[in-house]
Amino acid sequence: MSIREIRLSTTPTPEAIAELRLGDIVYLDGLMYTAREGVYMRALEEKANIPMELPSESAANFHCSPAARINADGSFDMGAVTATASFRFAKWLPEWMAKTGAKLIIGKGGMTSKDYKEYFVPNGAVYLSTVGYGTGALLGRGVEKVEAVHWNEELGLAQAMWVIRCNRMGPFIVASDLNGDCLFERENAKIAGNIARVYEGTKPAVLKRYGESDDRSEEVI
Amino acid sequence: MTQIPLSLIQRTAEDLMAKAAIEIPEDYLDGLKRAAATEDGDLSSFVLKAMLENYEAAKQDRSAMCGDTGVPRWFVKLGNEAQVEGGMVALEAALRRATAKATFDVPLRPNRVHPLWRTDHNNNVGIGAPEIEYGFEPGGDWIDLITVHKGGLFGTDYRMLFPSDGVQGIKRFYLDSLMAFGKRGLACQPAIIGIGLGGSKDICMSLGKRASVLRTVGSRNSDPRIAAMEEEFKELGNSIGMGAMGFVGKNMVIQCNIEVGYCHTGGMPMSVHAFCLSSRRAVARLYPDGRVEYRTDPDWFTDYQRRETVDWEPAQEAAE
Repeated sequence: MSIREIRLSTTPTPEAIAELRLGDIVYLDGLMYTAREGVYMRALEEKANIPMELPSESAANFHCSPAARINADGSFDMGAVTATASFRFAKWLPEWMAKTGAKLIIGKGGMTSKDYKEYFVPNGAVYLSTVGYGTGALLGRGVEKVEAVHWNEELGLAQAMWVIRCNRMGPFIVASDLNGDCLFERENAKIAGNIARVYEGTKPAVLKRYGESDDRSEEVI
Repeated sequence: MTQIPLSLIQRTAEDLMAKAAIEIPEDYLDGLKRAAATEDGDLSSFVLKAMLENYEAAKQDRSAMCGDTGVPRWFVKLGNEAQVEGGMVALEAALRRATAKATFDVPLRPNRVHPLWRTDHNNNVGIGAPEIEYGFEPGGDWIDLITVHKGGLFGTDYRMLFPSDGVQGIKRFYLDSLMAFGKRGLACQPAIIGIGLGGSKDICMSLGKRASVLRTVGSRNSDPRIAAMEEEFKELGNSIGMGAMGFVGKNMVIQCNIEVGYCHTGGMPMSVHAFCLSSRRAVARLYPDGRVEYRTDPDWFTDYQRRETVDWEPAQEAAE
């Protein structure tokens, strides 16, 4: 199978999103913002006004804290950029997507197909995963400019809302589509057939733990 | 006896922080290149190629390899005759200053926060952070500074096993850890897997962590039977059929390192750790005359560190 490479706007058209297939490699152009638990809690639970026009400025939410600094003169330096695991943000994402019109959720590891079907697909949104993980230096090269950092005082550098102008930023992998299918679950299913053979001869621990599963086709997230 | 100057310690520690974040150690890089050459899963192959490009980009741009720059920590090994200007309290202060300064200069991500109040000093320094651990070595007036910036969230687990669980029980917990954290690539594999066996619960965790971060790709445990297990476990992990990011592939484990410590007669505690695609470690040996020798092999697990006897006879060392 040959891998397709696609350039995509961070304010993508519905048609451009519909084109994406699981496993496509995507490079992004336009404005992208970082938002994770700190931003979600401040915007959704504390009802603070979001300091950007969303989704007209950007429909791309990156689950990321960059390795960056704010200089004494107020300018920014951004080094490496990589994502953090997204499954932890399922609690806030439905409300966030409804409120901001986010169409591209970008992070590490994806969500479940249940998440995709319940609130990604109805919002016309898909999930893009970073690659590696840890192509931080490559992604850093796609940062044309750091436009702003919001809520740094309130949330700290790691949780602040960074606004990044992307120029062919990538690679990212398409990990969900408009059917709500999940790339990682597809791969898990392919691997599942081999699990019994690998475990052959091993035995369960004599001392069990509460809530223990013996089904290796399950996930822990 | 000449003391090792404090300014040299801080300057070297700052260099090490940057080296660890930016430069992938040669042994891991060689291991990953070998893995990339054998990988035939199309998505896994793409990921490994992207990682190899990323190491180059990081070096050229003097940028951290990965945006999550881990949680910086220090291992300090002191030759028995080593003396530090200002003593050990001054040394700890120098390492804390270097950590804070490098966090701003490189820059690194200020990952360290208070567990409850989420207070972030934006410099990776706080209560118990960075961790500083010590080891000693007979002979020598040098100190080794080792920094490791390991990721902190996934890929690590602990379990109290018992003698009746045997090697098959050890294998199962090893596979369970790879399966649980390998899916979706949460462990950022292919990784250097470290296994700690024995010790008390806390030491078991330390042994496994040290096995993953303080031993290189290609190293072997000095006990030939354990060395054979390391090779067998590497093959076992790579036979799951899971590769980078949890995609179909054949490279999950670049190296499996096992370290042991004597434990309670009734138990067989076990820990598993994964040192990721950005295996950040850097080492320097500092001498009182101001010489600094950089390297990437911590060379932590010497015969002295693994000693079994009551006394350590210098003659014993000479004989080997």
